[in-house]
Amino acid sequence: MHLTDIREKLAARPDLTRHLAQVKEQMATCIQCGTCSSSCPNARFMDMTPRRMWRAVLTDRVDMVFSSQTFMLCASCYVCTLRCPRGLPLTDAMAELKQVAFALDLDRFRRSTRFYRAFMDNIRQYGRVRETEMMARYFLAVKDPRVPMSYTGMGIKLMAKHKLHPHFPTLGPGRLGPLFERATQQQEQ
Amino acid sequence: MDYLYYPGCSLEGTANEYDLSCRELFKALGDCLTDIPDWTCCGATAAQCVDAFLSVVLPARNLALAEKTDTDLDVLVPCSACYLNLKKARQDLLENSALQARVNQVLAPDELAVNAFVRVRHLLDVLSRDGAVDRVAELAENRMKGFVVAPYYGCQCLRPFAEFDDPEQPRSMDALIRATGADVLAWDMGGVCCGASTATTKPQVGKERVGRILDQAGDAHAVVTVCPMCQMNLERFQPRPVPVLYLPQFLGLALGLSGKSLGCDMNLSDIRPVLSRVAS
Repeated sequence: MHLTDIREKLAARPDLTRHLAQVKEQMATCIQCGTCSSSCPNARFMDMTPRRMWRAVLTDRVDMVFSSQTFMLCASCYVCTLRCPRGLPLTDAMAELKQVAFALDLDRFRRSTRFYRAFMDNIRQYGRVRETEMMARYFLAVKDPRVPMSYTGMGIKLMAKHKLHPHFPTLGPGRLGPLFERATQQQEQ
Repeated sequence: MDYLYYPGCSLEGTANEYDLSCRELFKALGDCLTDIPDWTCCGATAAQCVDAFLSVVLPARNLALAEKTDTDLDVLVPCSACYLNLKKARQDLLENSALQARVNQVLAPDELAVNAFVRVRHLLDVLSRDGAVDRVAELAENRMKGFVVAPYYGCQCLRPFAEFDDPEQPRSMDALIRATGADVLAWDMGGVCCGASTATTKPQVGKERVGRILDQAGDAHAVVTVCPMCQMNLERFQPRPVPVLYLPQFLGLALGLSGKSLGCDMNLSDIRPVLSRVAS
């Protein structure tokens, strides 16, 4: 994707621009010491270190932030938050970047966003997560046969251990549907 | 002691043995667990990546149900991710009365209201600080003598809230393990992240993370965990076979409870070396 596309997509969503401005404000006192990067267990898998990404956030380089996988690789282990000498809420800010990426529906994060969506749909429908059906819906949503195939071995193992419980999908508004609706309305007020 | 019990979704599915062994262990220790009636998902990792408000509403619904059941009891949570979500929501609600009012508007039609009075506690917090160590020592009769255990804590029961243990160098499992007669492996990987859910979407991350952790487990006879996600990752990506058990499974076996009742036939790793030790 062209970097300008990310800027254009963002420009069309003032709510997300505001959200990003909040993240930037949270990070305002970052001194770029790099403690987050050296503490992060997943840093070696990232195309940009956390320190560099926070710098990109602070300098409004949203194209850099959202063309990288860095925040999606945050495992929410909270080591950076614990060690940050400025006491910045780094892990929560990572989650906020995921929220923006989810709302932008960028192609490069397709697998992660489809996974989260399947998960949330599952909660709305049943109240509790039904792992088997959630994964089935995720597989349908990513539309890539390699994805379900990569889980086959694991699925067989779990089935042999009687850990997977297939249920018939239920139709209708869902167990927590009304609660989800009220939560959305509450935010729009 | 009595507790309100919040199992969480994975304990009904892939971490079913964690649920079985928790219930069996607490029964054996003489504690009473009351399930929070009609509990629903806490939002797991997904809610906070999708919708910040919903990531408070979902745990708040469960806290409201707990308060309706009994305001004097603590909520006991075995899953580290559920624990963090419930605890975080409680903290946010206590600190932000405007947020609490908004959440209560959403809950009101279901005749629920949250005050965030009830305390949220991780299973390990309860076991390590409410007197279980002495009772385990009494009942275990050194059954695990000569056994070496690597305690694995993972992340979210330790961080960001340093509630019951040191988030960098955790030790709260040590006394429980020693109470069974076993020795504790001296290692520094107990609080190192296993990759959590990134191991599911990016398996190469899980493989590398778990490889690093289990390499350090060296000659330990077993690894013991307190989180369904850690358990799954440590069992899935083993560079060489190591038995991985949930802490209540290990303590239950040390107390002489049957492997079957503790769900020991459901572990993905080969835990026969541990079972044969208890049988002999």
